[in-house]
Amino acid sequence: MMAREKMQILVCGGTTCSDGQGEAVFENLNLEIEANALENDVHVVHSGCFGLCSMGPVVKIVPGNTIYTKVSPDDAREIVSEHILKGRKVERLLWKDPSGNTLVKEDEFAGQKKQLRIVLRNCGIIDPENIEDAIAHDAYAALSKVLAGMKPTDVIQVIKDSGLRGRGGGGFSTGLKWEIAYKNKADQKYVVCNADEGDPGAFMDRSVLEGDPHSVLEAMAICGYSIEAGKGLIYIRAEYPLAVARLRTAIAQAKEYGLLGKNIMGSGFDFDIEIRYGAGAFVCGEETALIHSMEGLRGEPTVKPPYPAESGFLGKPTNVNNVETLACISPIILKGASWFAGIGTERSKGTKVFALAGKINNVGLIEVPMGTTLREVIYEIGGGIRKGKKFKAAQTGGPSGGCLTEKHLDIPIDFDNLTAVGSMMGSGGLIVMDEDDCMVQVAKFFLEFTVEESCGKCAPCRIGNKRLHELLEHITKGKGTLADLDRLKNMCLVIKDTSLCGLGQSSPNPVLSTLENFRDEYEAHVSLKKCPAGQCKDLMEYFIIEENCVGCTACARVCPVGAITGERKEPHHINPDICIKCGACMEKCKFDAIIIQ
Amino acid sequence: MSSIKIELRQEDVDKIKDICASFNNEPQELINVLHKCQEHFGYLPAEIQEVVSQELSIPVAKIYGVITFYSFFTMTPKGKHPISICMGTACYVRGAEKVLDEFKKELGLEVGQTSKDGKFSLSSLRCVGACGLAPVVMIGDKTYGRVAPDDVKDILREYE
Repeated sequence: MMAREKMQILVCGGTTCSDGQGEAVFENLNLEIEANALENDVHVVHSGCFGLCSMGPVVKIVPGNTIYTKVSPDDAREIVSEHILKGRKVERLLWKDPSGNTLVKEDEFAGQKKQLRIVLRNCGIIDPENIEDAIAHDAYAALSKVLAGMKPTDVIQVIKDSGLRGRGGGGFSTGLKWEIAYKNKADQKYVVCNADEGDPGAFMDRSVLEGDPHSVLEAMAICGYSIEAGKGLIYIRAEYPLAVARLRTAIAQAKEYGLLGKNIMGSGFDFDIEIRYGAGAFVCGEETALIHSMEGLRGEPTVKPPYPAESGFLGKPTNVNNVETLACISPIILKGASWFAGIGTERSKGTKVFALAGKINNVGLIEVPMGTTLREVIYEIGGGIRKGKKFKAAQTGGPSGGCLTEKHLDIPIDFDNLTAVGSMMGSGGLIVMDEDDCMVQVAKFFLEFTVEESCGKCAPCRIGNKRLHELLEHITKGKGTLADLDRLKNMCLVIKDTSLCGLGQSSPNPVLSTLENFRDEYEAHVSLKKCPAGQCKDLMEYFIIEENCVGCTACARVCPVGAITGERKEPHHINPDICIKCGACMEKCKFDAIIIQ
Repeated sequence: MSSIKIELRQEDVDKIKDICASFNNEPQELINVLHKCQEHFGYLPAEIQEVVSQELSIPVAKIYGVITFYSFFTMTPKGKHPISICMGTACYVRGAEKVLDEFKKELGLEVGQTSKDGKFSLSSLRCVGACGLAPVVMIGDKTYGRVAPDDVKDILREYE
């Protein structure tokens, strides 16, 4: 008898999907499978993030790779009875692109063709809680190749030749970093995985850890072998409970299979991995601060040198790499340095994962070769701006980065090009803004973040950023002057030059870059006392267009302060002295008669 | 330090000692110990810090320094239903601030406060990583996505 190919129903287990109704979908699918006695033929699996976060919960059926989006728990019955039992696709749940075309498979999606998945190679494909599934997809093959016949220096050379640069923000050569750690001899060394993904709006590391934890564990072991370290530590945010749980499972399974622990694969190499928790401090993404936090101290950075490679965790040589960087290691070992170096631009090799979010149609996780343009990312992969509005800016690099504008749409995205235009690659958050976003408010938003997260150790960052924030507050309240704009810029430059660590040195970037690219908007705030985007409450006035007003009195009834007057069936008026600019009237008006001036 | 004075029962003291012992009373495990204590007690008042101090041989001042440094740790008890509004960039761009204002108005609480009956506490946090659902609100372990200011009343009604 021929064995029937086992079907898999992959339910996205990423946070966005499972926080939506993904968990209930998963449970109901399992119930339906049981009810139809299909347990032996169909396997329901929690997979990693598919990257289609705005369309979750997402379900994929293998073989065939049919993708269903926005699946509700009640749809489980139909999926099982129609698709699984009768082989008929459930039309209404099929994935549709922003223009309404029905797509069945991932590769039919125009945006997918621009993507290249190296880091996310197994996310949404394997069951992250099953090591055998991971092994079937080449997990630990690179480790076995390394242990079977490569010297530490060979591995380091391969990584150096590949041109891989740190994905956490710094962009330093990974191979070089390993080499320095290798050359510092000590009785104990450490490999640290930095999973303290603190940038607001970034979720790529979380998705890798949730979707393919073994790729990180394997790379840490390879790094340990190369720099001669016996111990690995993963520093992860306590805010990521699902990622923590998956890591724990993965570590336990790897130990059970002899892929971690003593004498790995009979090579005599010992390597163990432990998890350490962060506790909500952005600065702990900085490697010296991270190390202090792992030692149980306040996560304050210290001056480099000494670099962690010389004196890190407990004073021992320590190599710190970010999750995404580590996820690139195994493919490089397996496919070779020249394969990796063949992807990307001259000085930035490989791919980059971006978390696309904000005012964009396809919110989600994407991976593109370095050198892809912003236009391709936003319009082809991202499906354009929501509600057909006009693109204004894309923010990269989080609170340390800057804004890219329309004139930057066609530059190839890589480390050096982004730095040249005053932003930075950062960890990969890419937030898209449209015409309704006020850039002064955006700069203020990031400064608020920095002020809150500044550890307070050095004065330029602690006091300087506070003053910057105050100045911006002033400007958004209509109290700023033209001289304030120069003052802003000067202060930014001083903070950049004199702060102790990367946080302070990059914190003025959002201000500098918006000031550079949207100077007219700042000037409108200070000279005309107007906010062109209509976001700064103190600078706007609600106004009723008489021609459009039918006198329905809806606005007057909803106004909490009685600022609107007028007779029934006559045009109404807003008294600007009483109005508190809450916007309730505008929401209520059915005739578009109320505008902001 | 914390204005609330509490009396630890013997079993509470034992629990803290157990937690410390499970990490071999190693000073470098302080943050892990504090995570476990907060998980169990809900918050970390001075009295708990004193016991941890003795067990791990770290001065209370240092422990206080660590607790106040990290935003995850709190010295005041959270409400029965802790409400967190995500203020990450994606949520912010999609109007999280207006949602937060609505919660403040409905509950009469500021960020960081707990209602008098101990039912709700309000906080903002930075990015839960569910940017596809922005703006996101979390109440306890439950996540609400794409929340509009108008939804706030209905959401709160679920907890009456």
